[in-house]
Amino acid sequence: MALLEVNDLHTSFFTDAGEVRAVNGVSFSLERGKVLGIVGESGSGKSVTAYSIMQILASTGKIVSGSVKFDGQELVNAGEKVMKTIRGNKISIIFQDPMTSLNPTYTIGKQLMEAILLHTSRNRKQARERAVEMLRLVNINEPEKRMKQYPFEFSGGMRQRIMIAMALACEPDILIADEPTTALDVTIQAQILELMKSLQEELGMAIIMITHDLGVVAQLCDEVIVMYAGSICEQGTADDIFYTPKHEYTKGLMRSIPTADTAGTKLHPITGTPIDLLNMPKGCPFAPRCDNAMKICINERCERMQMSETHFSSCWMNVKQGIDDGSIVLEETQEGGESK
Amino acid sequence: MSETGTMPLIEVKDLKEYFNINTGLFKSKPLKAVDGVSFSIRKGETLGLVGESGCGKTTVGRTLLHLYKPTGGEIYYNGERIESKESIREFRKKAAMVFQDPYSSLNPRMTVADIIGEPLDVHKLCASKKERGERILELMDHVGLNSEHASRYAHEFSGGQRQRIGIARALAVNPDFIVCDEPVSALDVSIQAQVINMFDELQDRLGLTYLFIAHDLLVVRHISDRIAVMYLGRMVELADAAEIYDHPLHPYSQSLMSAVPVPDPKVARANKRIMLTGDIPSPLNAPSGCPFRTRCPYAKEQCAESMPEFKEVSKGHFVACHRVNEVN
Repeated sequence: MALLEVNDLHTSFFTDAGEVRAVNGVSFSLERGKVLGIVGESGSGKSVTAYSIMQILASTGKIVSGSVKFDGQELVNAGEKVMKTIRGNKISIIFQDPMTSLNPTYTIGKQLMEAILLHTSRNRKQARERAVEMLRLVNINEPEKRMKQYPFEFSGGMRQRIMIAMALACEPDILIADEPTTALDVTIQAQILELMKSLQEELGMAIIMITHDLGVVAQLCDEVIVMYAGSICEQGTADDIFYTPKHEYTKGLMRSIPTADTAGTKLHPITGTPIDLLNMPKGCPFAPRCDNAMKICINERCERMQMSETHFSSCWMNVKQGIDDGSIVLEETQEGGESK
Repeated sequence: MSETGTMPLIEVKDLKEYFNINTGLFKSKPLKAVDGVSFSIRKGETLGLVGESGCGKTTVGRTLLHLYKPTGGEIYYNGERIESKESIREFRKKAAMVFQDPYSSLNPRMTVADIIGEPLDVHKLCASKKERGERILELMDHVGLNSEHASRYAHEFSGGQRQRIGIARALAVNPDFIVCDEPVSALDVSIQAQVINMFDELQDRLGLTYLFIAHDLLVVRHISDRIAVMYLGRMVELADAAEIYDHPLHPYSQSLMSAVPVPDPKVARANKRIMLTGDIPSPLNAPSGCPFRTRCPYAKEQCAESMPEFKEVSKGHFVACHRVNEVN
């Protein structure tokens, strides 16, 4: 059984302007000890998916339907009491901005100990020892001295390491990292990613890595989910996604990132702008920006199709290709046949 | 340090910018944001400027345009020294800036037409209202905005489109030279590529020269002809884009290049990263001698004693490191 199973999750925000379907039928599962990357542009629903798992949505947000199972236990509608035993204890989260996610008026030690005292049965002395041990684990020098300092005395990279220490203090089974290195410089980013990788191997936890940086995904993730406008458009191993992308959006993303080889040439950007979540088209959400959009793309949403054992995609182009090379045979005049 | 042949469009010699920081009552200390930086940019060239936050790359861009008064050093445009009030005024008709954050760099109370038209009014570049209107539409066309957008306000646009408005405003004075301060870092990947392509096209069409400041090395590598690397207010290396990317000589550039996350799983897994320990020191208490020595794996006593000279080691490749020969 998978450690975390998300099934057909729908999360909406009910705003004055109407219902914003931020997450629209997301399903995936996460095995123990694996690193799953969720990539997508701003507004694609990657963070909201994570917040839905943790149930820390803003007050206007609500999980409309679907299920989130942790170790077989259903979390949706399980109630705040159950969630309190999950959050921080079983599933931890680190946020993008290490500057604002620490309380500036408490010492680092106090904040670290608070998490430990709340979630474990340790007493204050043991909690202090554990906090020092965690700081040492994330490579902070002189942890005893550092315990007495305030967040402003730390640099951005160090604060993010403290956030990681805090998230890992209770030995969670899953760590959700929501753009953990976006606010950091490249050399510091490399340090943090290396640290996360080594801790993941050492402690055997699973990581959900939310990012828009495909470079970070390539470096860290075993499996990748590509999201667009609240839905998963493609899912597979890192190699599947990077070397044989099967969705027009993923292909577009890969073409639009500059690399050493593109110098002096034109990039191939995805045209247009991301769609308005208040006015979702009835067909494929990417169709208005897709260069190869067909009639069916605009009229009908493509179901999730299995491309290989590990690789899933929701793109009509795969059906077209299948028909063209003869691997899919249409049944008598039935429109847009199911593949495989 | 200029290349032989054509005269550089922009030349900067030993530029210094110190900010006074209050460290106590009646006490202050200079923060050396930029400390003796020299470079030149040829006409039509793009010079990329990279470095971590706080290294002074933005300050170089702003001081270059006299948005800050330089503490020391000389700035030349087309061989003419930019110093007097008159020369600064003239220079600003030839040089413009595109800012990082398209959300805060546009006035929310002004329409797009007024935002783009403001530099025209300031420098009195249009004789009549009609001419002004035509010029604004022409500029909007340059950056791919429709004429119907002219009467709208900035908040009605997405990030990518706002950045286009910012670029149109920079183009209004018909500049030769544009300082681009992290123009794409606030944008999504798919939008980023659109804006990068636009910078490319405008350069071809209008013969622009760019100083392109960014921390995303893949973007800088894509757009630049030459790249300069800064660390703690000093330039540590300057070379052709391909050269510095493939064969960096300074230990800092080496670790910077190796830290770039490559969007290719096989390369990323095989990649040997040179990890730097520690954080960038505060520019208020910069280390003696070479600023990088506290994090440098090759540092010796010599590095603490004196500041290494910024010298040319092969044609067009400048580096400031005492031990450059031993390191490589």
